[in-house]
Amino acid sequence: MTLDLTTKPRVRPVSGTGPHAVDGASRRPLPLVRHSLTLAKRSLIKTWRTPEALIDVTLQPIIFLVIFVYIFGGAVSGSTSGYLQYLLPGILAQTIAQGAIAIGVNLNTDLEKGIFDRFRSLPIARSAPLVGAVIGDVARYVIVTVSTLATGYVMGFRIHTNLAQAIAGCLLAVLFALSLSWVSVFVGMKVRTSGAVQGIMFLIVMPLSFASNVFVPTSSLPGWMQGFVNVNPLTHLVAAMRGLFQGDPLGNHVWWTLAWCAGFVAVFLPLAMRAYRRKV
Amino acid sequence: MTSHDLVIEAEGLVRRFGRTTALQGVDLSVARGTVLGLLGPNGAGKTTAVRILATLLTADAGYARVCGYDVATHAQQVRQSIGLTGQYASVDEDLTGRQNLVMIARLLDMGGAQSRRRAAELLEWFDLADAADRTAKTYSGGMRRRLDLAASLVGRPEVIFLDEPTTGLDPGKREDMWDVIRSLVADGSTVLLTTQYLDEADALADEITVIDHGRVIAHDTPEGLKRVVGGQTLEVRPSDPSRLEETAAILGAVATAGVVEQPRNGVLSVPVAGDDALPATVARLASAGIGVTELSLHLPSLDEVFFTLTGRTAAHDDTTQHAEVA
Ligand SMILES: Nc1ncnc2c1ncn2[C@@H]1O[C@H](COP(=O)(O)OP(=O)(O)OP(=O)(O)O)[C@@H](O)[C@H]1O
Ligand SMILES: [Mg+2]
Repeated sequence: MTLDLTTKPRVRPVSGTGPHAVDGASRRPLPLVRHSLTLAKRSLIKTWRTPEALIDVTLQPIIFLVIFVYIFGGAVSGSTSGYLQYLLPGILAQTIAQGAIAIGVNLNTDLEKGIFDRFRSLPIARSAPLVGAVIGDVARYVIVTVSTLATGYVMGFRIHTNLAQAIAGCLLAVLFALSLSWVSVFVGMKVRTSGAVQGIMFLIVMPLSFASNVFVPTSSLPGWMQGFVNVNPLTHLVAAMRGLFQGDPLGNHVWWTLAWCAGFVAVFLPLAMRAYRRKV
Repeated sequence: MTSHDLVIEAEGLVRRFGRTTALQGVDLSVARGTVLGLLGPNGAGKTTAVRILATLLTADAGYARVCGYDVATHAQQVRQSIGLTGQYASVDEDLTGRQNLVMIARLLDMGGAQSRRRAAELLEWFDLADAADRTAKTYSGGMRRRLDLAASLVGRPEVIFLDEPTTGLDPGKREDMWDVIRSLVADGSTVLLTTQYLDEADALADEITVIDHGRVIAHDTPEGLKRVVGGQTLEVRPSDPSRLEETAAILGAVATAGVVEQPRNGVLSVPVAGDDALPATVARLASAGIGVTELSLHLPSLDEVFFTLTGRTAAHDDTTQHAEVA
């Protein structure tokens, strides 16, 4: 390296206040929010750089919609177009829930890398790298939502309510995925290998998406299973979206979905943070 | 010196990893504006000590203060004042060099424009301007190391920890890194650097602490340490092998001890002291008309240092230590 001493930034002799204060960096409020957003940007850059990591979550809803609508549509609901209207919110919920698996897997491998040593030696909140990664994943969920709706639209899916309600439905799905990501982050902190994180999260998300109202109405399921289906958070999310997209009766489904989201965050965010502190 | 001037103080640091005791009571002290060289072989506990001081690990016993703050109870205040360049690069490989530095500046609460300016300055200084917008994944080992050092300097820290900063650098880059470290110190920073090379510690450090098996086995100035371990060795290879005898006689005259050894075929080596040994030898060889193909002055290797200090060779693998602890 050639050292051009004329352009060398001077390390100022610092007084007891600490060097970061010297540079006019005042203690601005809400450091956790600011630092998390900076680190969310890091996740966005990574997502942007490796678009192939999005292939599963963008292609899966397309393939599922085509397969289920054209193969089972006639048998299940009598018409493919009627089944598409019914199935799309379900597929969106299923895919977005699966999308939340990735964050635990990624953080599990990320944590082994040196950059986390760097974060830990900086005067930022310990939780900022995790919170930032979760926030950065919003981009993935928005992409899933848009690609599912776009595919549905091409196949003939139509919104029967209004734009505001449709957007509310999409936001609910994204919020659900964000909350579920804390489960994934927790597993990612607890389990040794990223393969195991993937496996465990799949075992959690699979029953949620099949023992639900995603593919068939709850009433068509065996009685013993209905008990589970009726408390399944994904059932509430799907029912809420059907109401917001199609005008089906909303009942308490939005509230139940929000309650589940709050529950996931309240339980798994602290658990994930504790596991993270232990791990490092 | 008052204790106020001690920027880093550690006493009785102990750290265990399962059955391995990485540190078994280490004391360290570094005065403001000076460089401490922490010298030790593989597995001595250098990285463990640095990680405790940089708040990445907690000690099982003992305490440490950096800039007056206890690393265990006031980690956040300590982090305000330190920059860490770990043994293995801690940069984000998926981000460009510039993005890495800007991100850190933002995390240190600099504004957007200020962050970009600071990143550009550092990229320029570390000769990474051309590679600034390539992902760090594509960087060579030396470039990554420089980016890593740049990353730890973003906040202009008072205290800088450098864990084997020159391992894996070619000799030219190593000298450059030494210059960087010297200029940081000239600007008022305090540096703790670990190394496996006595010559590196000698070139940079004001004081040297030698550790082995998690224990301090010597603490001295470079001069003091060299007095103990025997100073420098002068090696000469006459171009005409038949003049070996003559050369040996000349070397005998400048040597501190009379023994002229022949470590390799055709190379003579003698212990010397003082700065004038080399020019004196060169002058005498020239007046005798003896040409040389090799002429060099060496500090003792780490092995020799350890042999002198402990009477045995340094344990270079971790298994030896493990067996001893178990
Ligand atoms: N995370 C860990 N888990 C288990 N053992 C560890 C861990 N970190 C360090 N050790 C052990 O502690 C001892 C000291 O390790 P340390 O990394 O501090 O040595 P070092 O002086 O930095 O060596 P090197 O020159 O190889 O970098 C070694 O025996 C090492 O195996
Ligand atoms: Mg080390």
